[in-house]
Amino acid sequence: MSIINVQNLAKQFKSVRAVDGISFSVSEGEVFGFLGPNGAGKTTTINILCTLLSATSGKAEIAGYDCAKDPDEVRTAIGLIFQDTTLDTGLTAYENLKFHAYLYNLDRKLTERRIDDMLAVVELQNRKHDLIKNFSGGMKRRLEIARGLLHYPRVLFLDEPTLGLDPQTRNTIWDFINTLRKKEKITVFMTTHYMEEAENCDRIAIMDHGKIIALDTPALLKEMVHGDIIHLVTADNQKASREIQKTFGITAQTENGGLSLEAERGDEFIPKLIHSLSVETLSVGLKKPTLNDVFLRLTGRTIRDEMLQNDREITREFVRSHRRAQR
Amino acid sequence: MIQFRPIYVICLREFKKFFREKSRLLGTLARPVLWLFVVGNGMSALIRPQVGFSYLQFIFPGMIGMTILFASIFSSISIVWDREFGFMKEMLVAPISRLSIVIGKALSGTAISVAQAVIILVLIPFLGISLTSTQFAEVVAVSVLVSFCITSIGILIAARLTSFDGFNIIMNFLVMPMFFLSGAMYPVSSMPHALRQLTHINPLTYGIDAFKHVLLRNSIPPLGPEFSLSIDLFIVAAVSSLMLTLAALSFRRKD
Repeated sequence: MSIINVQNLAKQFKSVRAVDGISFSVSEGEVFGFLGPNGAGKTTTINILCTLLSATSGKAEIAGYDCAKDPDEVRTAIGLIFQDTTLDTGLTAYENLKFHAYLYNLDRKLTERRIDDMLAVVELQNRKHDLIKNFSGGMKRRLEIARGLLHYPRVLFLDEPTLGLDPQTRNTIWDFINTLRKKEKITVFMTTHYMEEAENCDRIAIMDHGKIIALDTPALLKEMVHGDIIHLVTADNQKASREIQKTFGITAQTENGGLSLEAERGDEFIPKLIHSLSVETLSVGLKKPTLNDVFLRLTGRTIRDEMLQNDREITREFVRSHRRAQR
Repeated sequence: MIQFRPIYVICLREFKKFFREKSRLLGTLARPVLWLFVVGNGMSALIRPQVGFSYLQFIFPGMIGMTILFASIFSSISIVWDREFGFMKEMLVAPISRLSIVIGKALSGTAISVAQAVIILVLIPFLGISLTSTQFAEVVAVSVLVSFCITSIGILIAARLTSFDGFNIIMNFLVMPMFFLSGAMYPVSSMPHALRQLTHINPLTYGIDAFKHVLLRNSIPPLGPEFSLSIDLFIVAAVSSLMLTLAALSFRRKD
């Protein structure tokens, strides 16, 4: 049974079509991921689903409720963890959770026990009465997850849940999410631009320029890339690219100052490849395909290239978090 | 449409934060104290009162008005903070009406502002004004009305401000003029014609005039109240309900 149902959803901001007619459905209990560079329309889609934005056209349903027509029912059914922290840093962990319980009209007797349970799940029970001001980034995220789950939502939305966290904390957060899945029988809908993170999902929709360009399990998506990935740096990449096209009929993509190409049985292909080139080969690498390669194949760009172009965004984020820290 | 538990918890949060931020409390209380004792005393020496009380006593109703003005604006501006630091989203995605959020903010802002006005009343004995318990109750009652009015105005502004940068503009071009053009420092009737027109469209003028009805009852115009009490109360109440409605509406809009 599908718990999220989206049909032909579109969102037009003044001149930009942020979401351009997407359709998908998520079944109950699934971990569903949206992967794509910044500005692909992931957050806009989440904002429509969680009733913060209204769609220009199309339809979105969660747990059988229409996101546009029954916002209150939809809100009760979902828990949200946003990109930026939405905790009140001037309050304690307990107070933040209690605030949430009151907003969601949780049964009074149940509230205290539920707060303790959730704090235990994210291992913050001994920080219950500490101010959020003194929490680290990872602790804040964990508390937000506890809060998002407090009112027994059926779908948990995670918008870039590990953005700005170090790799170790990122792994811890994922351990929590995976534990929760087993404990709470919850559907998880997440967006990310971290490839490694997307691998944790049951299914992934790859988004680019407001459209879903691929939707499948991580394994099947990777099968879109034939065989292995060979990364090659030569003295003259352009010339090498032409020669590869001519000799083997393979189109090489430019990536990280070198060439990237797909070949079956890459280990046996490399000697043939180097032998055939008239330009000097500086380095050769071989790897199994990742989701980044899938994205590269589908769009001709890597998500990391996109990220670099978003420097300004990152600077803004830095300034914001810096200001937040000062407060 | 109006949900009581969310309103209660929104108020509770504001109170907790207010009492935790000692500097904010100190800041809002230091301002009227400075005005009263420094400006008030200084001017009292300059301006020889023709009637039986000093300039300092004359500005006391205005100082209560000022305390409320700043306290209410600061409380409602917390909405901008909430938005800037993300907490507003927590409220916006909860299954509660926008009206509940606005009412919660308005009630907590009012209560915090009235509390500060009452603290200022403690200064009364030092100013040589005697206050009966009826007058005290009346000042509190008027404070509630005026605080609610200014908080509602503040919420409407905060709902429209998209970033914190707008705050200084609001302080300099709205809050300070509202204070100076309210009859707090000098009688409205003694102002030049053009300024007087501005005073008449300032809701704080009527709020302060209502305080003068309670505190400077027996003084003769232009130092005493300049409008009738019923006009004062009617205008403050009318502006409050209008602003609160507009605020709730501007919160409802989804792009």
